[in-house]
Amino acid sequence: MNGTPKIELRNVAKAFGANRVLEGIDLSIQPGESVAIIGGSGSGKSVTLKCILGLIRPDHGEILVDGADVTRMGARELERQRTKFGMLFQGGALFDSLPVWRNVTFGITQGRARDATRMRRIAAENLERVGLDSKILNLRPSELSGGMQKRVALARAIAPRPEIIFFDEPTTGLDPIRADVINDLIMSLVEDLGVTALTITHDMASARKIAHRVAMLYDGRIIWQGPRDRLHSSGNPYVDQFVQGRADGPIR
Amino acid sequence: MTRLLGALVGFFAAIGRVAIGLFATIGRVAIFAWRTLVRGLAPPYYPGRFLEQLANIGWFSLPVVGMTAIFTGAALAQQVYTGGSRFNAQSTVPAIVTFGMVRELGPVLVGLMVAGRVSSATAAEIGTMRVTEQLDAMETLRTDPFRYLIAPRLFAAVLALPVMVLIADSIGLFGGYLLSIGKLGFNPTSYLHTTRQFLEMDDVVMSLVKAAVFGFFIALLGCYNGYATQGGAAGVGRSTTDAVVSTFILILLSDLLITVMVFT
Repeated sequence: MNGTPKIELRNVAKAFGANRVLEGIDLSIQPGESVAIIGGSGSGKSVTLKCILGLIRPDHGEILVDGADVTRMGARELERQRTKFGMLFQGGALFDSLPVWRNVTFGITQGRARDATRMRRIAAENLERVGLDSKILNLRPSELSGGMQKRVALARAIAPRPEIIFFDEPTTGLDPIRADVINDLIMSLVEDLGVTALTITHDMASARKIAHRVAMLYDGRIIWQGPRDRLHSSGNPYVDQFVQGRADGPIR
Repeated sequence: MTRLLGALVGFFAAIGRVAIGLFATIGRVAIFAWRTLVRGLAPPYYPGRFLEQLANIGWFSLPVVGMTAIFTGAALAQQVYTGGSRFNAQSTVPAIVTFGMVRELGPVLVGLMVAGRVSSATAAEIGTMRVTEQLDAMETLRTDPFRYLIAPRLFAAVLALPVMVLIADSIGLFGGYLLSIGKLGFNPTSYLHTTRQFLEMDDVVMSLVKAAVFGFFIALLGCYNGYATQGGAAGVGRSTTDAVVSTFILILLSDLLITVMVFT
């Protein structure tokens, strides 16, 4: 593929005190591509996403989104930049003080209570996209099951029509069937709406299904990346151990 | 000898670390307060959130504040009466109840009661939002937590506390009046007359200024500790405790400073 990448990370590093989480990440993602980052718990996957979103500022390196460097942006510029992004957080991160419909439209209203009829309609449309009934519009997030919360969170992420969506462990904590429903939703977003997707996961079945390309993060660096078909024949001992879920191997 | 020296150095290093930590925290809280003011005063505004907080901090604190005030006012009257009777100074009851309630007990007790209710709840709520990534989600959805969550609380507390203190002062004086008339045998007309004589506008204004300062600390430290929460449920617990303890200390310390500066 050629042309400007949608997202490009160049030598991004971040440490929290003495704990060096990222030691120089290089990764580029083309428009409309779906990439999965795999890696063990605490390998810096979430930090990578938060750096791209501008929630965490890396210590050095560049993060280009459509060619503009996120790490040099001020607060206002970052806020404008975020119209491009949607994110599905690991636990859903729904606002528990607000009903479902205000959660789903939060990215459009920025939390202001306005135009309730239209907003409820938009909320219902987005809920339908993720396979949920509009009966739950007035419920609070705490009244929903875990799988439903995740789908409401997905509806909230897609409601402002972002160009790029991040998925933080989208299938964790779901049964295999619900997990596959989420996988299908992610694929349909990429294929039908043409969004660029970046998923972090340690669910291999999910990574194989939703990603065009897989990258493995280990020890603060991308140690391997390639098309999903090569995940099982990477020839990289770290990837092999991770994919096969073995306790013995180079990863301790 | 070297070991003794090492221990000595370690001792001073520990003191130094505590001092540096304290100043670092003060600096962070100051930056947090500055950021809240700057962002909160610029649009977009959230009037709905502000009113919600006004009701939460002000209206729903009234029962507990009213009860505290009436009991304290009455107890103060009894103490002054009993203590004063040792040197035939029982007649100072209305004067001292007025001074005590308006200058000191009204603002401090309201401050402490509201701090117990509001600082803790704020720290727990915002702290939970931090550990469940709701704050990150909010920023990702292009909403500034400083404008949406924090500034409305700060402005509501600064506005609500003076009103509550005014109410508490009145209820406290009324409590002293009830006990003095009902139990201590004071004449209602002369009690009210003396109270009015000793009730100075300056004292009331000072009472309200203290209240606004306390309101600022209550919201600021509740929000700061919540926002800075790290590490799951235990972290939220720690933030809640830190919020209440630091608010109490700052209320009592600033009360002392204001009192010493104004009344000397």
